[in-house]
Amino acid sequence: MTGYLFLAILALSLVAFYVGRSTASRFVASHGAEVHSRPLYHGAFAAVWVGVPALILVVLWLLSQDGLIDRLILASLPASVTEGVSASRLSLYLSEIKNVASGRIFSEPSPEILAAAERYQRWQAIAGWAMVVVALAVSAIALYLARIRMAPKFRARQSFERALDIAMITSAVVAILVTIGIIVSLTYEALQFFRLVPPQEFFFGLNWEPQIAIREDQVAGTGAFGAVPVFTGTLLIAAIALVVAVPIGLLSALYLVEFASERFRGIVKPILEILAGVPTVVYGFFAVLTVAPAIREAGSLVGLSISPNSALAAGGVMGIMILPFISSLSDDALRAVPQSMRDGSFAMGATRAETITRVLLPAALPGIVGGVLLAASRAIGETMIVVMAAGLTATLTANPLDGVTTVTVQIVTLLIGDTSFDNPKTLSAFALGLVLFVSTLCLNVLALRIVRRYREKYE
Amino acid sequence: MSENTLTTPKPFDWSSPEAAAMRKRRYAADRRLRLYGLASIVTAIGLLGILITSLIITGHTAFVQTHVAVEFTADPENVPADDPASGNFRAVVATAVQKLFPEADSPAELRVASGILSNGTPNIVRDYVTANPGLVGQTFTLKVPASDPYDQLNKGVIDRDLPEDRRRVSDTEIALFETLEARGLVTTPFNWGLFVNSDSRFPELAGLAGAIAGSFYALLVCFVISFPLGIAAAIYLEEFAPRNRWTDLVEVNINNLAAVPSIVFGLLGLAVFIQIFGLPRSAPLVGGLVLSLMTLPTMIIVTRAALKSIPPSIREAALGIGASKHEVILHHVLPLAIPGILTGTIIGLAQALGETAPLLLIGMNAFLTSPPGGIMDPATALPTQIFIWADSPERGFVSRTSAAILVLLGFLIFMNAFAIFLRQRFERRW
Amino acid sequence: MNMLTDAAIENALDKTPAREAVKMRGSDVRVFYGEKQALFDVNLDIGENQVTALIGPSGCGKSTFLRCLNRMNDTIDICRVTGDITLDGEDIYNPRIDVVELRARVGMVFQKPNPFPKSIYENVAYGPRIHGLASAKNDMDAIVETSLQKAGLFNEVKDRLHEPGTGLSGGQQQRLCIARAIAVSPEVILMDEPCSALDPIATAKVEELIDELRENYTIVIVTHSMQQAARVSQRTAMFHLGNLVEVGPTDKMFTNPEDKRTQDYITGRFG
Repeated sequence: MTGYLFLAILALSLVAFYVGRSTASRFVASHGAEVHSRPLYHGAFAAVWVGVPALILVVLWLLSQDGLIDRLILASLPASVTEGVSASRLSLYLSEIKNVASGRIFSEPSPEILAAAERYQRWQAIAGWAMVVVALAVSAIALYLARIRMAPKFRARQSFERALDIAMITSAVVAILVTIGIIVSLTYEALQFFRLVPPQEFFFGLNWEPQIAIREDQVAGTGAFGAVPVFTGTLLIAAIALVVAVPIGLLSALYLVEFASERFRGIVKPILEILAGVPTVVYGFFAVLTVAPAIREAGSLVGLSISPNSALAAGGVMGIMILPFISSLSDDALRAVPQSMRDGSFAMGATRAETITRVLLPAALPGIVGGVLLAASRAIGETMIVVMAAGLTATLTANPLDGVTTVTVQIVTLLIGDTSFDNPKTLSAFALGLVLFVSTLCLNVLALRIVRRYREKYE
Repeated sequence: MSENTLTTPKPFDWSSPEAAAMRKRRYAADRRLRLYGLASIVTAIGLLGILITSLIITGHTAFVQTHVAVEFTADPENVPADDPASGNFRAVVATAVQKLFPEADSPAELRVASGILSNGTPNIVRDYVTANPGLVGQTFTLKVPASDPYDQLNKGVIDRDLPEDRRRVSDTEIALFETLEARGLVTTPFNWGLFVNSDSRFPELAGLAGAIAGSFYALLVCFVISFPLGIAAAIYLEEFAPRNRWTDLVEVNINNLAAVPSIVFGLLGLAVFIQIFGLPRSAPLVGGLVLSLMTLPTMIIVTRAALKSIPPSIREAALGIGASKHEVILHHVLPLAIPGILTGTIIGLAQALGETAPLLLIGMNAFLTSPPGGIMDPATALPTQIFIWADSPERGFVSRTSAAILVLLGFLIFMNAFAIFLRQRFERRW
Repeated sequence: MNMLTDAAIENALDKTPAREAVKMRGSDVRVFYGEKQALFDVNLDIGENQVTALIGPSGCGKSTFLRCLNRMNDTIDICRVTGDITLDGEDIYNPRIDVVELRARVGMVFQKPNPFPKSIYENVAYGPRIHGLASAKNDMDAIVETSLQKAGLFNEVKDRLHEPGTGLSGGQQQRLCIARAIAVSPEVILMDEPCSALDPIATAKVEELIDELRENYTIVIVTHSMQQAARVSQRTAMFHLGNLVEVGPTDKMFTNPEDKRTQDYITGRFG
């Protein structure tokens, strides 16, 4: 039904366009050059008035309707059912009511539930029809108002352009809203978490065992939320990734910019870019399928026992993933160094290697450092490779042959499956997410600032 | 040369042996650096090569599927003619297996024999008979997928020459299977099931149809939201916005947003779309919303680049003949920038197609045996399906996962190639 | 400025072409950029301890010729040079010749000052370091000081040798680049419009410096300014459309040119 409603609003809006245009055409016929805007703009003006408010209304309605009805239904349950019942029990009631309402009856429901299900169905229907009526009424009123405003002197073009401006500004604001949404939602849930677990335990505790029993019959630990081993694991894997990616990426960029022929560069650069386009889930599978067994094999040859989900395998594959970033950002940084620096050095009789190591690298260093920081932020925030190839248990170790876990792995494992927003296990994921967001944000801001300064220097 | 009053350093003798040795060292250093660079490039390309080769080696076998031709009899005793779907097809299959191996008489032997056929065989036969009700009471031949171990055996993944205790198929099982092979009942056609089936617990029946549909719906939502929003925001920032602290902030914000880890968007989606707005978990709608928020910064950045590349002379020409600023942009600038914007959009969507982590958090990793019917139905996406299969213990899923990855990479290559085509076909140099 | 001009005229008067020994010689030099030919059979001798000015309108090939003299054109992939160029009678395009050594012996100063993003000291020490000309720190200090003194910059920068070279004014930067070039004791210094990015006062200083350097070095300078050529050079070569039109003592070129094109160019009919 919602789909038809959208179509109906669009159709009304189209009607409004033709009404507006033909009205204005009549103005033109009667008033000639006095008419301010072309008929087209009168039509567009009317269409915007009819379509946009109604569409916004419907979207808001749809977003809030379910939540509102859920709350009303729960409130309408007799006190005998809801008294002293936990929030998760209530949500179970709610899903039972919805199941019954949609005809999926598993066991004999209680009479209260049956009644509530009937109410639910009725209210849903009422709400749906109310939405249709209200939306169409809004459209009709808008069409009437728009028609009243139309006159030969009416500045329809300006009005339409103002509507466009508002639409554009709103779109630009969405980008900010996303950031604000991230910050607010993460902070809110993290604060909930810190109400249950003191921040000092989270930031300085050395023991991470978040698997608490949600129901009494589950077997699980008592729960400990010291995130230090999770942080060190993240840093260990990111460090391994950088150790792999920085030399290879930087040296490839050096070769491509300073040594390679135009043709060689034209062939190799796109190939390196393919590495950047491979989805991370593919790298994760590659780590599990090929790299981790190979590392284990190699380890057993020299008599080392290597964990099947060693930090080395995850970090190494992550290094392959961030390699193209480092190489393309270093490439940019090196190419930004003016040719006159190279000329100056060559004219002194320097070899290419001397020019590179003594002039170009120092000159390009800020750009390269910025690139490495961006890559580090990517490594810290990368999820799929570590989810598939790194471990789940948080060990406080610096040994790359051991299994460690990372912030992103923990977020995924904590949030997959049952999620209820009132236990520390779920909420801790948001606290980790906040730490992740803030740290990568700092790295990014720093890196982007360095890179920008550097570009300005040579522009 | 040094009658100068200043203390000129003694002239350097370039032809001395020391100078020659020094030069040799310097050139050696030069060659070394060049070699390191080349070695790095070879390493990087080699790693890409290993990645792709290992995927092809493990994945190519999943593009064919071992089938066994079996004669089934839809005995009216088991299959009622008025409602074939309610029939006892387990019994039908059991009878067929008995007929297939007349010499097998012990129940244990029969159990082994029926293990050759996929576990889903009764369902396959039921669907076939339901679609052709006239078959009740008839005998017909149907090619059904072999179960995973025999599929692997047939494809040579399981080595028959290994000692019995080191392979998953026993000698008896191989002997049974070989009698089928000898009777020419085993075929290995192209595995259409990979594209038309949805997920299944049995590797031989699992396919990508659900995941492809889920990805399609999610990308559709992502496109519908991020394309107009991105273009509108980019036009505003590039053409209308005043240069002040506010717009600077927006700018910095967009650049940073593009570098926020994708999993954070998943957390946002979980907390806002599912928790606050109460949208259904696992729905492509939510997946698409999350992906669109992720793609939005990319979309804005590429659109701005496309707008920037339109020379100011065009704007000035249109403004000069009395067009309003909006008209200039709608009539002239935007149409010229469209190829660039589309190219960027496709590349942004390709990124979104490969994105996994945020979809995991909003539950698009459910086990679903039917494709979604719309954007509100629970669904998986291609990358999350890969993740699910990669996590599955059955051996057969290893090659399925690689095959799914090859399919995903195929889509990505197609999208990027299309973007490159667009760029080359329509791009104008000013 | 007046004083300088007078000095230049005096220079021009007492100058005898016979005094010179040939330091570098180009015979039948042709340069191609891809398919396009930029220089046509140029034959030009560079006299020792003399300033030779290369003049001509933009794009006439004078800079191209200059860059051939220390093989800077090698760094451009599509550039091809034929003919002979010798330094002290030795062909510099001979494969046995080491380009590193050649460039140490034939230094170069560019149009725009291009100090490295390093300290003043490190800028000057760059050449000696890469060529291994100084083993002890004292030696290096001495080279840096001498070079800066020769470039007339030492007194201005002696208190801030370890500050970045990019912080100097344009004229100081260009003299720093000259100091950098002479730190490896080259025999020839090539200057590609060294004053075009400088203001008149800085230009005067650099011109004065060029005149002083003539005693110890052979200098080839490309310039757009007729006055500058007249002031600093002893011999002038006029290029036009990739051809060497005329070469001779500077005073003669500016008072009594043989070629019509030279005359037109000098009097400002084209350029």
